[in-house]
Amino acid sequence: MADQAVGDFRQSIESLGRSTVEFVEEFGYYLALTFESFYWVVAGPLKRQPVRFRAAVSQMVETGIAALPIVFILSFAIGVMLAIQGAHTLKQFGAETQVVLGIALSVTREFGPLITGILVAGRTGSALAARVGTMQVNQEIDALRVMGINPVRYLVSPVMLAMLLMMPCITLFSDLAAMLGGAVYCNLDLGLGYVAYWDQGTSFITPNDVLQGLLKSVIFAVIITLIGVSNGFSVTGGAEGVGRATTRAVVLAISYIVLADMTFTYFLNR
Amino acid sequence: MDQDYAIRVENLVTHYGPRKILDGVNLAIKPSEINIIMGGSGSGKSTLLRHMLGLHTPTSGSIILLGKDIARISAAQLHDLRTNMGVSFQGGALISSMTVGENVELPLREHTNLDDSTIGIMARMKLEVVNLGGFENLMPAQLSGGMIKRAALARAIVMDPKMLFFDEPSAGLDPVVASELDDLILKLRDSMQMTIVVVTHELESAFKIADRIIVLDHGKILLAGSVEEVRNSKIERVQDLLNRRSRHEEIDAEAYMDRLTGGTATLQS
Repeated sequence: MADQAVGDFRQSIESLGRSTVEFVEEFGYYLALTFESFYWVVAGPLKRQPVRFRAAVSQMVETGIAALPIVFILSFAIGVMLAIQGAHTLKQFGAETQVVLGIALSVTREFGPLITGILVAGRTGSALAARVGTMQVNQEIDALRVMGINPVRYLVSPVMLAMLLMMPCITLFSDLAAMLGGAVYCNLDLGLGYVAYWDQGTSFITPNDVLQGLLKSVIFAVIITLIGVSNGFSVTGGAEGVGRATTRAVVLAISYIVLADMTFTYFLNR
Repeated sequence: MDQDYAIRVENLVTHYGPRKILDGVNLAIKPSEINIIMGGSGSGKSTLLRHMLGLHTPTSGSIILLGKDIARISAAQLHDLRTNMGVSFQGGALISSMTVGENVELPLREHTNLDDSTIGIMARMKLEVVNLGGFENLMPAQLSGGMIKRAALARAIVMDPKMLFFDEPSAGLDPVVASELDDLILKLRDSMQMTIVVVTHELESAFKIADRIIVLDHGKILLAGSVEEVRNSKIERVQDLLNRRSRHEEIDAEAYMDRLTGGTATLQS
């Protein structure tokens, strides 16, 4: 009985140790991948191996422009929901006119970057994992290596560049769409004019509030790219492996985005 | 000594986890020769090829290509060396998001300063060499298996490399297309003086194109010699391979587990 307990305890410790080592390995891999993708952006032209800016532009269109309709719809809906909840809560204190403050701050600091991050993780993160994973399975990445083409420079750096440029832009667009959603509700339910809503909103928020959201969006861009690409690179086992990697990439990216958001919100608001 | 051989492998040992995949492999390949690496499934031939391509780092030993030990040279030197290597992977490994023409142009775009029109002309010339002229605007998904392999070959030779590697070139092809591919490999050796290494299971193809055949078994070289030497070999395992006989060995579960895990696990009854 005692032997069994000791055995179980030993197994738990071993399993914890293995998980810790795996986590450290994965984290180290993410750091190395981040460094290498930025390294090629800077050093690539000097080594006559530039990053493909055409691929970066195409990725910007895919990540940014193509995502605008869905970002608008969801952000608008979030704005309406925030207005409904805010008006309902503040009505109890007779302060429903203050709802604009709540919407403006929570959208620019929190919901704009978060909803954008989750959406882009679902669209671009999954597409990245699937694309890189399929290339891995089909030996296309081996072919790149053997042709003397660094896969990180060729595949990761353009995406990283595109994501870093587009995420803040989409986040700003999401902020505006959510504010618009709040404005429509406030106009219909509280009779607040659009100009008054805009004046109130812009008088409450500071550039710092918007920058806080944009900074988060940059972090989310790095998280989505790294997790999408690294899951793609680690694919084994054919089509099933690609499916697994895609699911894992989306789940991990959304989880890390929420955790990073919480951490940043804590430190940026102290 | 190095100048006499395009490729030398010295005492190559490699492990996947506890499993020893290659066990002291030594071989030397002369320039402008076609060397065939043969062996049963799991014999280590694809792993040996991946080491020659610099896609794996060995546990110990050296792989010397054109006088340079690829495990010990800098990334920049390896990058330069790779412009002298062409590879045709088993499934072709064409970049699926690019047209056939763009695939063939890719190494030229990455490694030369040639203008677009010159690159286009050179790519079309190589596609003509593999009888795919006029197919440059198709996507890989629109090609048959044989055409994909030929397009991959056009990409592999577009930089006029000194060494060319094939992984199972005939796999999945009908006999006529496979034979055409064999003729193409011979033509490349004769016209471009390339050193060619082919990993294959196909005996007919191997005997047709080989200058030398290397037989691997359980990660070791069983035999390396001319086609005649291999045909006349008295080694039982070689004859099993040539005559497609099943192995005369009973599967010992304990020994198999031992080989698989390097002795770190045992079978439970």
